[in-house]
Amino acid sequence: MDILIMGCGRLGAELAVMLEADGHSIAILDLDKYAFDHLPAGFRGRKILGDGTDQETLRRAGAEHADAFIAATRGDNRNAMAAQIARHVFQIRRVGSVIFDPIREAVYRDLGLRTINPTKIEAQLLRESIEREEE
Amino acid sequence: MFIVVAGAGKVGYHLARALVADHEVLLIELDPARVDFVSQELGSEVIMQGDACDAATMERAGMERADLIVAATGDDDDNLTFCQIAKAKFAVPRAVARINNPQNEELFSKLGIDATVSATNLILAHIEQELPWQGLIPLLTLRGRGLEIVEVRVPQGGLIVGRQVRDLLLPQGSLLCLVIDAEGTPRLPTPDTRIHADDVLVAVTNIETEEALRTALTASTL
Repeated sequence: MDILIMGCGRLGAELAVMLEADGHSIAILDLDKYAFDHLPAGFRGRKILGDGTDQETLRRAGAEHADAFIAATRGDNRNAMAAQIARHVFQIRRVGSVIFDPIREAVYRDLGLRTINPTKIEAQLLRESIEREEE
Repeated sequence: MFIVVAGAGKVGYHLARALVADHEVLLIELDPARVDFVSQELGSEVIMQGDACDAATMERAGMERADLIVAATGDDDDNLTFCQIAKAKFAVPRAVARINNPQNEELFSKLGIDATVSATNLILAHIEQELPWQGLIPLLTLRGRGLEIVEVRVPQGGLIVGRQVRDLLLPQGSLLCLVIDAEGTPRLPTPDTRIHADDVLVAVTNIETEEALRTALTASTL
């Protein structure tokens, strides 16, 4: 698949490397050129400097032909907006988005976005790790 | 009415100042310095500090009894989120959003924001009406229908000059509504109406076929 990722922080970069290892073709976007330093030297995907909530930038990054889009910046509002542009403007069928605020995540899930809430997942994992040690 | 405004920058502040005499207005602003300033100018009951996109803040603001909300920040992603959360979680009946990047206007209306205001587009429309520009001048967007009313001046040497309306090949979804001649007399076009150079045509068009309509009306032999 051609996969477009917005946000090249630790999360976005990690995801890009994993998906590339699975054989996908990756394009990754970030506003900050130093963010691409999170990628390993052997990364073969495209790096695009620009704002993922800007339709023109997304088009330049190949959104019209992408099979999947993932919004993985640290900003909930940016992620939700970019994911909705990917779906409603570029008609990308597989769209995933990170939303840190559990309430905002629930609203956007109800609106039909595929959302991941790291806050809830981390809290659950931490709880499990503590409870396991008590046994 | 109870009106909640996100963002107490220049737009939000002046809006609140204009509304506060006749309506109950509450601004939500993240920056404490800005909150202090507005409290001094308009009174502390008009503003609260917080993240307008945060549901707990919205609840404190009394969002569930808001009649109208206005997203007036300088960031479109914040404006969109504020409107979407307010509508989904607090059933706010009417949301108006300021749009900073004009490309977002269509997206916002597609996502259910009731009205949008783009300063860039407003200024562009004024500039285009002033210029002797051979193209379509957007006059009005019919929201939610994907239709637009446009104006075009028939160029000298245009391919349609001398033709009758019945012979014009317009794209599907486009409709010629008005022909204004060089003297300024408006006429409703009939199939027999003949087009002259410097006539001003007013048409309704699909946003998608706007470019095809432009070509049909302004293509030139020159």
